[in-house]
Amino acid sequence: MNRTFTFLPPLLGGAALIALIAWFLPSWNFVLAIGLAKGLPVLGLVLLMRGGLVSFGQGLYYALGGYTVGLASQYFGLKDAAALLVISAIGSALVAFVVGLLLSRYRDIFFAMLTLALSMLLYGILVKSTELGGTDGFNVHGITLFGIPLTGADRMNGLLLLIAVCVLGAINLGLFGATAFGRLLAGVRDNEIRVEYLGASADRAVLIAYVLAAVMAALGGAMSGIIVGHIDPEMAFWATSGEFVVIAILAGTGGVLAPFVAAVVLEVVRSFAYQYAPNTWQLVLGLIILALILFLPQGLSGLVRRGPRAVNAGEKS
Amino acid sequence: MNFARLMTSLACTALVAAAPLAAHAQADKPFKIGVPTFLSGAAAGPFGIPAKNAAEIFAAAANAGELPAPYDKKGFGGRPIELVVIDEAGGTTKQVSEFRNLVEQQGVDMVVGYTSSGDCLAVAPVAEEMKTLTLFFDCGTPRIFEAADYQYVFRPVATATMDNVGAALYVSEKLPEFKSYAGINQNYAWGQDAWADFEGTLKSAKPDAKLTTSQMPKLGAGQYNAEISAILGSKPDVVHSSFWGGDLEGLILQGAPRGLFKNSVVVLTSGETALHRQAKQIPDGTIIGARGPNGIFAPENTYNTWFRKAYNDKTKEWPSYPSYHMVQSLMAAKLAYEKAQGGDAAKVPTKEDVAKALTGLSFEGPSGKVEMSLGKGHQAVQEMVYGRVKKDADGNIGFVDVVRYAPERVNPPEGVSSADWIKAGLKAAN
Repeated sequence: MNRTFTFLPPLLGGAALIALIAWFLPSWNFVLAIGLAKGLPVLGLVLLMRGGLVSFGQGLYYALGGYTVGLASQYFGLKDAAALLVISAIGSALVAFVVGLLLSRYRDIFFAMLTLALSMLLYGILVKSTELGGTDGFNVHGITLFGIPLTGADRMNGLLLLIAVCVLGAINLGLFGATAFGRLLAGVRDNEIRVEYLGASADRAVLIAYVLAAVMAALGGAMSGIIVGHIDPEMAFWATSGEFVVIAILAGTGGVLAPFVAAVVLEVVRSFAYQYAPNTWQLVLGLIILALILFLPQGLSGLVRRGPRAVNAGEKS
Repeated sequence: MNFARLMTSLACTALVAAAPLAAHAQADKPFKIGVPTFLSGAAAGPFGIPAKNAAEIFAAAANAGELPAPYDKKGFGGRPIELVVIDEAGGTTKQVSEFRNLVEQQGVDMVVGYTSSGDCLAVAPVAEEMKTLTLFFDCGTPRIFEAADYQYVFRPVATATMDNVGAALYVSEKLPEFKSYAGINQNYAWGQDAWADFEGTLKSAKPDAKLTTSQMPKLGAGQYNAEISAILGSKPDVVHSSFWGGDLEGLILQGAPRGLFKNSVVVLTSGETALHRQAKQIPDGTIIGARGPNGIFAPENTYNTWFRKAYNDKTKEWPSYPSYHMVQSLMAAKLAYEKAQGGDAAKVPTKEDVAKALTGLSFEGPSGKVEMSLGKGHQAVQEMVYGRVKKDADGNIGFVDVVRYAPERVNPPEGVSSADWIKAGLKAAN
């Protein structure tokens, strides 16, 4: 098999495993779905992190995706999930492209703070828009996929659609990682001047990664809106973006599967903490995250990397 | 063939024999109630913890059969009550997720909870989808039953509409000399709605009153000096605020020394939660509301006497309105459950029967009469009470000029949304 596709078997295996778990434990269906929906923005974030960039504003696109679904279904009567997902993806790609033209010129803390500022800008607008329910948000009803219901008793369909979106997203980013621009990201992180001397544009690599990450976040937000059935400005709040960063750190930058594993694990752990330690769930969650960071400094993807590791071009050994 | 028939008949006999046993086991099984309420964050202190205390007091008293009649049967129609308390913090997605877990993993029979209107709006369709009896106990937005019809979702407490309509009626009737007003409300749905309702009602109740300034600091800002300056500078006769919790305490602490309460009459629509901790700082003349006839405005009846004593015995404090809301909601649930039993204590009524009994229910609680008359019988109305603070020589808080508005005066009629009703000058538009 081509080396580019080595991520495929575990990815498809993981997808099948999640579907099986949800089939046999239907009461965990929703928790898994929320985990996967959060995994999508994290997938994009991990891509940016490979370029040494941390975005504290992926909530911007998460909320854009959610509100695209909400507004299009409420005001334009568009109820088809496929169309809504495509519109969310294209819309946020356009926004990310325009915003990215500015952002791709910044690095480090400047990049992080600017992304944060932009997402809080959207948050501020949504909070003030009382006709959209303000901070209370509003319900998203009756989204279907080519007439197939996705929520309620048929939420297994919703989860399957979400798994399909996640697999496609992961394949997409896995393939991107193998392209010239994808490989350039590590170079941007390590030594941008050399990248420029080689004749490549670091800014352009960052811009492309940023747009891709935005599309992933929007798909996650759109699926979250469909599955939860409710959207509110909290999706654009910095705490949401911060949560994505935490999950990304837990996942590590190793592969395309780890973001989903980390997001689902965190969601399941949080559910347990909620139910069995209602007064101290934050403490339980914090200790677990702390332990993971202490003992798995490379994140969950550090777990599966056995033996001497091949050093990719441009990566520090 | 014969063997199969034999087995079938044997199985049938076994089933018939086991049926009464099973029914008996059902009737003794604890009635599990999920109680999502804020255990962490800014809303825990003023709302979540008092509500949790109230739920625990109710459950203990009901299980011991110590509640005043007609709530004096043990538990829920003989079934002991078991509470599953979870934290409401974490946002709507988390709450929808936890609601599903309560039902599917913890197997609760009913959910009584939610303070945040956003959580109520998000949970309502899920509760309906999962056919789980759900009683919202404290959230204020009228949108829930105005925008959709539900079979399994109820709110046995009044909406926030009557808080602000009542406040506007009170200031226009009790302060005839008032000519201008200002507002300071938190910039999120609760504060925005409160201000819109107050201002909207004044437009018809006192059309000549002028707005001087509306300040909308963000939720949890803590520092209100700039806003207080803006209000003081605009010299309003009346200041409206729907602040709660730490924000409210901050406003009182920062506003009182600067003369905010001296230069204007301040209306605190949910000010009652601050009374207990800040009795000394709240100046005379401040108009206080308790989101209904709760706490200090609760009528004297056996339920209130029992509740105040039980709450004080357990916490050494007096109950505030969120605890009244909680007890009232649980009483509605208990009453409906026993009504659905139809006097047969061994009967386990279906969810649909309980929902039917709860629809349009009218009952008495610690805060007096409650009628589930809006939202096709799913939304309660109550009277609304406002009064002005007057402290005695020892600094104990008392109230003067207490006005009790009948439910129909401060709530829209059935089928009319709060916003339309206020816009039409508190008259039902046809």
